[in-house]
Amino acid sequence: MAAIQFTNVSKRYDSGQEALKSVDFTLESGEMAFLTGHSGAGKSTLLKLLTRVEQPSRGEVWVGDQNLSELSRSEIPHYRRTLGVVYQNHRLLEDRTVYQNIALPLRIAGFNEEDIGRRVRAALDRVGLLESEQKFPQALSSGEQQRIGIARAIVHKPRVLIADEPTGNLDPRLSLDIMNLFEQFNRIGTTVLIATHDVALIKRMRHRVLILDKGRLRHVQ
Amino acid sequence: MSSSETRTRGASDLSVSRWQRLKHWTVQHRLESADAVKRLLHNRLSTLVTMLLLAVVLAVPTFMYSLLGNLKQLTPGTDFEPQLALYLSTELKAEELDRFSRSLLLRDDLLSVELISSDVGANEFKSHSELGELMTLLDENPLPAVVLAITRDQDPATMKLLRESMAALPEVDVAELDVEWLERLEVIVGSFSSISFVLALLLSMTVLLVIANTIRTMISSRQEEIEVSLLIGATGAWVRRPFLYAGLLYGFFGALLSLLLVYFSLALVEAPLAELTELYIGRFDLQGPDLSLIMALLMGGTILGWIGAFIAVSRQMGQLHQGSD
Ligand SMILES: Nc1ncnc2c1ncn2[C@@H]1O[C@H](COP(=O)(O)OP(=O)(O)OP(=O)(O)O)[C@@H](O)[C@H]1O
Ligand SMILES: [Mg+2]
Repeated sequence: MAAIQFTNVSKRYDSGQEALKSVDFTLESGEMAFLTGHSGAGKSTLLKLLTRVEQPSRGEVWVGDQNLSELSRSEIPHYRRTLGVVYQNHRLLEDRTVYQNIALPLRIAGFNEEDIGRRVRAALDRVGLLESEQKFPQALSSGEQQRIGIARAIVHKPRVLIADEPTGNLDPRLSLDIMNLFEQFNRIGTTVLIATHDVALIKRMRHRVLILDKGRLRHVQ
Repeated sequence: MSSSETRTRGASDLSVSRWQRLKHWTVQHRLESADAVKRLLHNRLSTLVTMLLLAVVLAVPTFMYSLLGNLKQLTPGTDFEPQLALYLSTELKAEELDRFSRSLLLRDDLLSVELISSDVGANEFKSHSELGELMTLLDENPLPAVVLAITRDQDPATMKLLRESMAALPEVDVAELDVEWLERLEVIVGSFSSISFVLALLLSMTVLLVIANTIRTMISSRQEEIEVSLLIGATGAWVRRPFLYAGLLYGFFGALLSLLLVYFSLALVEAPLAELTELYIGRFDLQGPDLSLIMALLMGGTILGWIGAFIAVSRQMGQLHQGSD
């Protein structure tokens, strides 16, 4: 089954900028793929269509069996809970502990405290930072912060994991670590789509690559 | 048979899940209010300053209404019967007085008539008033005899007519209705009451603005948190709730603090007020705000807090929601 499907998707911003032009692709469930292209190619725009922050001007975006254009306003939050999203600047809340940061998606989804504790620790264990539970994000290195960002994205076991430049601020060795982490989640069945500039890194990993060029998609591999 | 069984089982399943959902919802709300309290405590100083500000603003109308309650205490209730006081001419002799008061007894428009002779009046005056000692200095009793009458008709207009006709009688020097000072008191109470109302209205608006502004700053300082929460699936209601709680708590605790201020202010005015009232109406105990005023204050404060937060939240979230909810 297709996890993510774009059919003839175009996106024109109100400013008139055409960020995506007739984009067509399918990502199978359990697949992992990289999205790359020059700056301004439309990578973030494509991911924003997936998180339903933006809507396509033309075409359809399907995630699982859900056509995103048919989501009502009140359904959007529930749809977003089925995703895990990782950002370049990780977007952790500085005034909350690591534990509180990772617990946020669970709180939003209405889990009880007991479940939250169990799941947060499991997520921390997965990213190898179990001992940092009570620290504040600023007390961690940027690589560790990004791991916490990933833990927050996967704590509720999403079917689809999306990352926008997750290694943008990291040195090559740390970047590889982070990518290996994504691979681990992919291995247990999560569909993963990562936007990145890092061509060298992509080459080292054997996954499908989607290349955007001025809003048009060129498939590779 | 079997179908009815499944139906009942289905119904109880439904009620269990509904019960569970309600339980979950209340737990969630308790957690969030605890969270809201924690956040208020986190910024201790600014929270305290805001609450004190609210307390002072709320204390002013509450203080006014407390005084108003005390003033109303002075005006008699419905069982009060206004009296007509006839100060009789000092030239009348005892038997003339007697005859006059008996003639009054025969009148249909008077319910009861009581004659207070000048001697009795003088004795009362001596025992009640500090000026009593003056009486001993005088050779003659200067006080007139007084007739206190209760009229059958208690309507102010007819009472006034009666007073005029009584004043025209040759035996009567001066006729006075005690409803007149009552009416004056009522006018005072009435205007005090409308002043308090206008003040309460204006200051409620102040409370609303203070809370709306406080919540607005609170929201802008947590912008990132709100954006992230919305991105990972929070509903608008979930994001709004802690701010509404915060507004509600500000209102409630502001009102509670204002109550302390009101008691404190009443204690301050108690002594001078007692001195003043002693001169006119004798002993008088200053009462604190009554239960209904306390309830109105606490509920009013809480509701104003919630509305203030609601205004801030609706305005701020509208801007945040663009494209994300
Ligand atoms: N909200 C917006 N309003 C108008 N134009 C936008 C908006 N967001 C992006 N764009 C434009 O759309 C185009 C694609 O932008 P996008 O952010 O998707 O590129 P990108 O591939 O993520 O670039 P980068 O690698 O620099 O992050 C750019 O020309 C950009 O200026
Ligand atoms: Mg981008």
